[in-house]
This record gives sequence, C-alpha cells and structure tokens, in this order.
Amino acid sequence: MSASPPPRATSATPDPILVLKGVSKTYATGLTALKSVDLAIQRGEIFALLGPNGAGKTTLISIICGLVKRSTGTVSVDGLDIDRDYRAVRSRIGLVPQELTADAFETVWATVSFSRGLFGKPSNPALIETILRQLSLWEKRDSKIMTLSGGMKRRVLIAKALSHEPNLLFLDEPSAGVDVELRRDMWDVVRGLRDAGVTIILTTHYLEEAEEMADRVGVIAKGELILVEEKQALMTKLGKKTLAIQLSTPLAAIPPSLEGFGLSLAAEGSELVYTYDTTAERTGERTGITRLLQGLAAEGLAFRDLRTEQSSLEEIFVSLVREAS
Amino acid sequence: MNIHAIKAIYVFEMARAIRTVWQSIVAPVITTSLYFVVFGAAIGSRMEEIDGVPYGAFIVPGLIMLTLLTQSIANASFGIYFPRFTGTIYELLSAPVSFVEVVIGYVGAAATKSVILGIIILITASFFVPLRLEHPLWMVGFLVLTAVTFSLFGFIIGIWADGFEKLQFVPLLIVTPLTFLGGTFYSIDMLPPVWRTITLFNPVVYLISGFRWSFTGTADVGIEVSLVMILIFLAVCHGAVWWIFKTGYRLKS
Repeated sequence: MSASPPPRATSATPDPILVLKGVSKTYATGLTALKSVDLAIQRGEIFALLGPNGAGKTTLISIICGLVKRSTGTVSVDGLDIDRDYRAVRSRIGLVPQELTADAFETVWATVSFSRGLFGKPSNPALIETILRQLSLWEKRDSKIMTLSGGMKRRVLIAKALSHEPNLLFLDEPSAGVDVELRRDMWDVVRGLRDAGVTIILTTHYLEEAEEMADRVGVIAKGELILVEEKQALMTKLGKKTLAIQLSTPLAAIPPSLEGFGLSLAAEGSELVYTYDTTAERTGERTGITRLLQGLAAEGLAFRDLRTEQSSLEEIFVSLVREAS
Repeated sequence: MNIHAIKAIYVFEMARAIRTVWQSIVAPVITTSLYFVVFGAAIGSRMEEIDGVPYGAFIVPGLIMLTLLTQSIANASFGIYFPRFTGTIYELLSAPVSFVEVVIGYVGAAATKSVILGIIILITASFFVPLRLEHPLWMVGFLVLTAVTFSLFGFIIGIWADGFEKLQFVPLLIVTPLTFLGGTFYSIDMLPPVWRTITLFNPVVYLISGFRWSFTGTADVGIEVSLVMILIFLAVCHGAVWWIFKTGYRLKS
C-alpha cells in the first residue's frame, strides 16, 4: 500500500525480494515435503506456485513465514536472514493461510486492528478503513466473524494480512472453496495490490488461476521445484490438446497432403491424432482444425466420430516429474 | 521490543474476559462465597480459633489462593490453547514477536484477571467474616507474584496440552488436590508429624503459608522460605517457556 508503485522488475535488472537456497524439509514422521528448493522471487511480480495437493506448496510458504522449521538451507527477504533478522523480515511479510481460521467471536474491525498491532504497527484507523472498503468488508466491520460467509472470512484473512502494510504477500490457495464470482473479485484485489507495489506469491492447483494472475509460474511436485518459467512460455508448453479422428476405413500411412499437420496414426490406423495449442484461440491464432478437416475432405477420408482430449494438470505433473527424473 | 504487539495481545485477552464475564469473574466469586457460607459461617462458628484467628478468617487466604491458582492456570492455558486448537496461532507464529512479548501479553492478561478476581473475593470475604490484614503490601506482593507464576505455569500447560482433556488434567487432578492438602482449611501443624513432613514437599504449602502470614502474621513456614519457593517456581516456568519458543515445541513442526 505504498504511495507510489516501484518500477516493475525485468529480467535484465534482477532485484529479488525473496531468495531461497537449498531449502529442504523432512518432518518428524519421516515425510520429506521439500527437497532442496532454490528460488528467487523478483520484486513486484505475481508468482504462482502450481502443484497438486501434497506437493509441498504450503510447507514452502510455512517455512518462509516461520510456521515450520526447515531442515536445511537459507531464506532471505530483502537480503535479511529470516532467523537472524526475524523481526525486520516478518514485519515485511503478510500471510493469508489456506484454512479459514479466524477468531469466531471477534468483530471484523477488532481482529484486523489486532493483526496490525501484533505486527508492531501503531493503530491507524484510517488505513484499516481503506483496507476494509477495498475488500468490501466495511459494512461488516462490526459483525462477528462467525456470522460471515466463507468468502467474507477469506477476505477478512486478507485484510488481516494487509493490515501492517507488508510488501511481500503470501496467498495460500486463495480460491479454495470460493465461488467463481468471488474468485474474480479476489483476482482484482490481488492485481490492485501488485499495482501498489506488493510482491505476491500465491499457491494454487488450478492452472486457470495461474494463467489468469501470474507473471511467472513455478511448478512443484513431490517436494521438488520442477520448473520456473514466465507464464507465457509455460502456457505454450502445457496448453496442448489432442483431437482424435476415428476414420471409417483404417489408413496404412498418413496421406502426403496432410503431412504438414504433424499427425500420427493410432488404433491400428483407424484413428488420426492431431495435437494443437489451446492458447492459440485466445491469442488470436488458429488451431488449424478447420484446415485439417478440409484436408480430410479433400482426400476423401470419411470419419465416424471426433474426440478431443486435454491433458489434465495431474497428467502434466506426472509427465514433468518423469522428465525431471 | 514490540510494544504494539504486547498491547494487542493484552487487550485481546482482556476483551475475552469481559466477553465471558460470567465464566471468568462471576462463577469463581459465587463458588468462593459458597465456601465462606459453608466453612466460614456455618461450620466455622463451631470451630476453635487457629493461632488466635477465628476459623472463618483463617481460611480466607487459602480460599483466595485456591481461586488464584486454578483461575490463573485456567485463564492462561485456555488463552494459548484455543488459538492452537482453532489454528489462529499461525498469526502469532508469523508475527515479528519474541517469546518475551508473547508471554508478557498472554501471561500479563491472565495474571491481571486473577489479581482482580482475588481482590473481588477478598472484598466478598469481608462481608462474611471479620478480616485482619497485618502486612497489606506483602499481601499484594504475594497476590501478584502467585498470579504471574501460575499464569506462566498455565501458559505452559496450554502449549503442552493436545486436547481439552489434558487441558483440564493438571488443574483438576494436580493443582486442586495440592491446594486442598496444602493448608487451605487447616494449619499443617494440626497434622500428625509424618504427614507434616510429607506436606512440606507440596509447593502450595509455601504459597498459602506466606499469603496467610500477610493476613494474620503467623505462618506454617518462614516467610523467606515461602518467597524463595515462589521465585524458584517462577524461574523454572520462565525457563520452560524460553525453551518452548527456542525449540518450537508443540508450536512448529
């Protein structure tokens, strides 16, 4: 919530706000939740940590915020060590947890004001009012938290995390259990924060959310950070869809006129498989399906049925992990 | 020192007491009043004086101690256990606070409530029995020191407990028996010699003895011994809390 937004970081001028080196975590139960993670988050970006349930997303966030003790590695924020300079580091960080945990009997106003005090800031009713208004909570300021809906509670947690004006905000699964409309509102709030200069790290297992929000995406699976890329590059890599055309008569080989499509034959020649980019339609390019079907017609190939398939995020993770190992 | 955090925790905890005033103030006062009616007025009028003190007045310091100990433990243990139970503890753990600030906030609030309660009971007692106060400053000193020490002890229980049953275990099954056997209702001189020796291993004896001395001027054990015992217990509790926050015991995985 600083007055003027700082210049956005570019790859040419790296200015990391958060640096993790060799961070790992093995719980007392023997479960290894993180395996030597290295990561640098640039100032002012929205970074999405994408991964299936149990991948280690929450553990990673919890280590940075001081909720979980790491087994190895170092973490620094603004160049400050999270253990040695814990006061300076923590006063810069806001955390919105995944679980909707708030003091049920407190009012919205009391709990948000409490958070600001806890993080060492003098009371500032004007700022709390601004935050509550931004999150559409102002009307509910005197309501007890237990009377609020799930989406409202989520916003209260965001208000609490923003109450001490952090410049690094963690959102752990912000849209878990939130309806579509509210999810859009939340995204608007997050973008507004980014524009005000707050660096945001969010975890999600929705590809759509990462796609909508993030500047960069990190994919985590089984405790390993498999890749970190600019969103656009990743969408191209992950956003593939296949079209399976079931032919009336099996083919022995792909006709020469259709070679340019990168087709493959399956099911003993009775199926033609075409792979295309799902992001193409949104970027204004063509998927090539029309041209392909016209090509089939020109070759006189009749087909019985069509089937499209999009690899699920789960499958993408599996294939990424397989590639990595 | 994060003064704003101490204030935030303290105010939050005091607000909780005000919200639950029936449970935290009214209930203990009624319970203690019943003791005064039964043991002070009804039975007490047929009892001999102890060390020249009427029985009704004799039990006042012990009853205040009983309430002080149980309420300090109950308040402080619940204050820190509840955030752990609901999950709101995440905020405390991620905040720029040291264990000193957390303890001053939580334990300070719990001790404040106990001291207020102790004073209310003292005033209540004055309606039932004739009171004598020989050393008022010492009385206040013992009151505050005991409230702080046992709030700290309760704080430790609140972190150690991993269920509501354990939360109740220490106050009900250890502290209450020790207080009843620690001379709340009798002078330990009235016990057979063997039991008197065994009783001296009960730390609550020293609390009640010292506290009673500040009222009546007579004590089962020396006032210095009482004071030293409280301070030792305070130091042990403080060490335990330091260790809890250093290692993250029951707070961080």
